[in-house]
Amino acid sequence: MSERRIGVYICHCGGNISDYVDVAAVRDAVKDLPDVVHAETSLFACSDGTQQDMIKMIRDQNLDGLVVASCSPKLHLFTFRGVSRRAGLNPFEYTQANIREQCSWAHTDDRAGATTKAIGLVKGAIAKTRESSALEPMAVQTTPASLVVGAGIAGLRAAIGLADLGLRVYLLEQSATVGGWVGQFGPTFPNDRDGREMVADLLEQIQERPTITLLTNAELTAKSGSFGNYAVTITVHGESESTVEATVGSIVIATGFDTYQPEIGEYGYGIDGVVTLAQFKELVEASPDGIKFHDRPVRTVTYVYCVGNRQPGGNEYCSKYCCSATVHASLEVSAVDPAIHQYHLYRDIRTYGKYELLYEQSRKRGSVFMKFPDETPPTVERAGDGRLLVTTRDTLSGGVDVTIPSDLVVLVTGMVPRENTELTKMLHLPVGGDGFFNEIHPKLRPVETVVDGVMIAGTCQGPKTISESVASGLAAVAQSGAMLMKGVAELDPLVAVVDASACTWCGECQRVCPYEAITQVEVDGHDVASIDAAVCKGCGGCTSYCPSNAIDLLGATDAQMQALIENLVEVTVP
Amino acid sequence: MADADLDGPSGPRILVFSTNNISDPGIDLAGSRHLHYPATVFTVTVPCSSAIKPTWILHAFQSGFDGVFIGADGDECAYLPDCNARTARIAARAQELMSAAGFEPQRVMMAALCSVCAEPFVNHMREFSEKMTALGRVAALAS
Repeated sequence: MSERRIGVYICHCGGNISDYVDVAAVRDAVKDLPDVVHAETSLFACSDGTQQDMIKMIRDQNLDGLVVASCSPKLHLFTFRGVSRRAGLNPFEYTQANIREQCSWAHTDDRAGATTKAIGLVKGAIAKTRESSALEPMAVQTTPASLVVGAGIAGLRAAIGLADLGLRVYLLEQSATVGGWVGQFGPTFPNDRDGREMVADLLEQIQERPTITLLTNAELTAKSGSFGNYAVTITVHGESESTVEATVGSIVIATGFDTYQPEIGEYGYGIDGVVTLAQFKELVEASPDGIKFHDRPVRTVTYVYCVGNRQPGGNEYCSKYCCSATVHASLEVSAVDPAIHQYHLYRDIRTYGKYELLYEQSRKRGSVFMKFPDETPPTVERAGDGRLLVTTRDTLSGGVDVTIPSDLVVLVTGMVPRENTELTKMLHLPVGGDGFFNEIHPKLRPVETVVDGVMIAGTCQGPKTISESVASGLAAVAQSGAMLMKGVAELDPLVAVVDASACTWCGECQRVCPYEAITQVEVDGHDVASIDAAVCKGCGGCTSYCPSNAIDLLGATDAQMQALIENLVEVTVP
Repeated sequence: MADADLDGPSGPRILVFSTNNISDPGIDLAGSRHLHYPATVFTVTVPCSSAIKPTWILHAFQSGFDGVFIGADGDECAYLPDCNARTARIAARAQELMSAAGFEPQRVMMAALCSVCAEPFVNHMREFSEKMTALGRVAALAS
């Protein structure tokens, strides 16, 4: 190994590290290691002053490697990569040692142990840096166009946003009409805005924009290429089937949800008079002069919440919108006829944020809310007089059983993931345990997927209200803009690479790569694997399958990981 | 290169393979909440647990570690839906290498760790350290 010039900074983090770790001892333990030309402690490594000092040190000492031992890389990896870049040092020659979250804070009870561990972590980081090499992000020319899959509320709004950024937009919808679920809704919470009207309004805006191509009865049937330039084939069904070919820089998936379909017998489903919330809302809307069911006036309505949701072993998640939608429906009912009795049987009421006001209003107008225990859900049966008897245990009245004779029982059904097998397979979309699509990071990268340039918006990602769906659609717009407006995008260089001299082509890596990043090529008369860096996601899944150990993941190469591991602890010499 | 002025580690030395997006935040959270676990636990990060080479696990034992814990992503993995099965295969391969080199296969353990699994992580570390203590130190076995 050729000689390196590495600088090491050990952060006090005020006292967050130095109160529990002897940072001077850490510095002394590493300052004389081979290739370490500078080691110092600093009060706050991330402060502007220290960053300036680091830049000066990197330049003056001509450093070719940098280690900062401080907080979690989740906080400052990019800070110090930036310091490296500004100083003319390749950012991938930088290594962060996490001696706060994973050392000082976890071992506040063990100063000697924490100090020994910090020394190991810094030695490991230095050893890893010694094996690091300069990497350059790949620059990819991007096509200023987007494909939006699904013309529900999120997809419609996203298409308008993308067009307004100046991007060419292809909006495809599987069914004959746009609007999805919202396009079938009447008044919606919180402001009574009619779903059909909202969709009609959005459709008008789309038709005003010549850069949006709307294709209904259409589906995505093929995708090839890589980030920045996906070639897509859209098949349009109809009397004569046709195809549309396009090149797009980003793809926004907005395929929506399905509603939970109750089983026959589930809370009396199948009995005449037991309806879903969607059916009930249609009935209310069609009855401005008093609600009737089979020509009989409805005097009592009982709602059962969380049907098909929050079920242990089933759909364990909460669908978020249904409490507010039901409370809103109850307000519509009392507007039609304030004398109708309304009973709400719930597990928990989640009319969160501003929707709490709807709940408050509903109670003031006479709705009765009763909480039932998880283990004793309500039962529904038909009485001799044709009415429905709903029996529930009321937790808040000391657990007494109450029977409510009702004219209608409304099952408040939640959302379930839509079946999307073909699309999932074609785009390699990550699906979570609940069946909805997974984002990269739930907080910080909420609409991106691990597939570069493919974003998820709306309820295909998980239950959302209309406003949340639209917000995520617009987030996907912003993210598409960030990727495509410059015309050039950078891709992370931490991908898998093949050592052609070691590869004997067995095809294992190609078989296990779900992203189709690996192809068979001929090099000097031998068949070897080749990895397309623009397609590789950098997961490293292929590396452990190679029987010849011919694949390395940049950033976690064999040499880097072995050097890191063997330097963490001192080997006890017997 | 012994550090004469510091006490050597007393407990078994555990190497944790953790993933950047899922288990790392969970392990960081344990620290942020000042939950204690033995200071002889060291974490290294990979993008996905399917990227761990079985030889790295063997190398850990040859470098003085007494146990290796793999924090697997389970269903949460953003890269590979069959991540768990792949990681289990890696652990099994590593155990073959370990057996051939004279290390007990129970020195490697795999469990799912989520991004908020601070307490489960700490409990795993305490229990696994106890198990490795009962099994005896690798360095002592080698001597």
